[in-house]
Amino acid sequence: MARAEAALAERPVVVVWRRFASRRLSVVAFMVLLITAAVVAGADVIAPYASGQQNLDHVLAPPGDDFLLGTDTLGRDTLSQVLFAGRISLAIGVSVALIAAVLGTTVGLVAGYLGGRIDAVLMRFTDTLLALPLLMMIILLARILGDSVTDVILVLSLLGWMALARIIRAKALALREEEFIAAARAMGASSGRIMFRHLLPNLVGEISVAVSLAVAGAILAESTLSFLGFGVSAAHTPTWGNMIGGNEGFMTVEPWLVWAPGLAIVVTVLAVNYVGDGLRDAFDVRSDGREREPHRGRSKGGTASRRR
Amino acid sequence: MARYVLTRLATTIPILLAISIAVFWGANHVADPTVSLTLNPRIAPEDLAAYREHLGLGEPLIGRYWQWLGNFVQGDLGTSLVQNGAEVWPIVRTAMANTLVLIVIAAIGSLALGIAIGTVSAVRRGSFLENAATTGSFLGISIPPFWLGLMLQLFLGLYLANWLGVTPPLLPTAGLYSPGQQGFDLVDRLRHLVLPAMALSLQLVAVYSRYMRASLLDVMSSDHIRAARGRGLPERTVVVRHGVRNALIPVSTQAATDAGQLVGGLIVTEQVFQYPGMGRLFVDAMLGGDYPVLLAAVMITAAAVFLVNLAADVSYGVLDPRIRRGTG
Repeated sequence: MARAEAALAERPVVVVWRRFASRRLSVVAFMVLLITAAVVAGADVIAPYASGQQNLDHVLAPPGDDFLLGTDTLGRDTLSQVLFAGRISLAIGVSVALIAAVLGTTVGLVAGYLGGRIDAVLMRFTDTLLALPLLMMIILLARILGDSVTDVILVLSLLGWMALARIIRAKALALREEEFIAAARAMGASSGRIMFRHLLPNLVGEISVAVSLAVAGAILAESTLSFLGFGVSAAHTPTWGNMIGGNEGFMTVEPWLVWAPGLAIVVTVLAVNYVGDGLRDAFDVRSDGREREPHRGRSKGGTASRRR
Repeated sequence: MARYVLTRLATTIPILLAISIAVFWGANHVADPTVSLTLNPRIAPEDLAAYREHLGLGEPLIGRYWQWLGNFVQGDLGTSLVQNGAEVWPIVRTAMANTLVLIVIAAIGSLALGIAIGTVSAVRRGSFLENAATTGSFLGISIPPFWLGLMLQLFLGLYLANWLGVTPPLLPTAGLYSPGQQGFDLVDRLRHLVLPAMALSLQLVAVYSRYMRASLLDVMSSDHIRAARGRGLPERTVVVRHGVRNALIPVSTQAATDAGQLVGGLIVTEQVFQYPGMGRLFVDAMLGGDYPVLLAAVMITAAAVFLVNLAADVSYGVLDPRIRRGTG
């Protein structure tokens, strides 16, 4: 009994954090992410060479004392380039996830709460976008818009909100039947107020999980797009994807040129995915927005023993 | 059911039209099919202008779109703007056949593997196998497919061949046939398929095994499983006959719903392995501004994905009588 009272007294943030912290792998992943972010953010100080600095006396140099991971065809230090590229790749991943989260949440809330014809139209549109060959559409839109970082962010967020919209709609549909929403309505709250002041706080878990996983998806999508040559132009801005694309031809001579940015992507995306998984458990949400399966027993105080 | 299918098909048509307009506009907006000719100093500007006129590039967009649409509806895909007037349909047909071979091999392989892994991790919860499968699936969805392709080329293509000391390499890293290949050679063709199929499959295996695990866990907690156990059936029979068979329904429909993502994997894989399929056709046509080929590739792919999705939704109701749409 005392434990239950203690749990009630705790703020949700604390509860969620404690559950997250009980999953060691997710905590490690979170730290990996923090370190990655710090390293790429401090690339100006940490990187041995300046961004894009060409050392034409050391073209395609093997890994050594001067160049830890070797150099590319213009003598650019691979390690430095990976750090500077990581800045762009991470920035794109986070921006896309945030913008897509705003779009997806808005569409999902409006469709789920207002229902009726608005819901039908919005969901028809969402389903249609979901049913398209996504990468094809991304490439088409990217070709039309351009190859700057902003263009790529725009393309990926415009085509990246649909899954979240579906999840939020499903939750909003269920929540709108709850008593507290009826109470708010009875007190004369407007639809907008109900959606963003009453429903939204109850969707924080779903949104956090979706955003974290969207970061992973966006980093992968950006790297794919840039690898194929439709993303951020390698001419002025290095990203992990266009580094791999640009150095593909020298892979057999100098494998580090392709290994290094690739491993950077894998480590980052893997860490993001583990953090997202930890958040999913901490917030106790299911990816499809349904309620948790009843048969998964959960011990009252902690969740350490629970697995998905 | 028929009504539902018809409605879905009817709503698909305006969407396909919208896509075709966007592609048409986009393709003409960003790339010029004659750009390589303008770089050739031996081609006089008058000749180039005449050639552009011949291709119909001087005419207004709307008129050309109408013409394209009219022909497309009648099944005429037009001629390529880049490949010297070659008809689009044979080009697309060859690419489609190549892609289908790759898809079928990758899909069968990854479904079989994914189902097996998913079953094991659902049945042996908490075991080493389940932990390995979970870690593996996280890796599988975190490795960019294009990079995996490159690594496969490097390790299983180049390094393996060097290690074994064989030339040409055991597992070729590009194309459909070995250079100088005469006629059809099944073994040679299959060898060229191994690496692309692996690159395409890894992510699918990761995803399918997660679906299978979740689905089987769902099924295994239901009453009919308890009933089967209560009748004293051996656990093996319970899992395979009553568990796995029922768990396959949501897995197969989910897999079909992911068809759009498979296309993404194809574009990347075909690009990395220079495999002449639809994905590569799409990328090449996109870069070359060859809009008749581009439109054909996009429309056919989008339509195929729509149909597979529709089939998935319909089969869900057919396979599982508990879920029927409307009056069914």
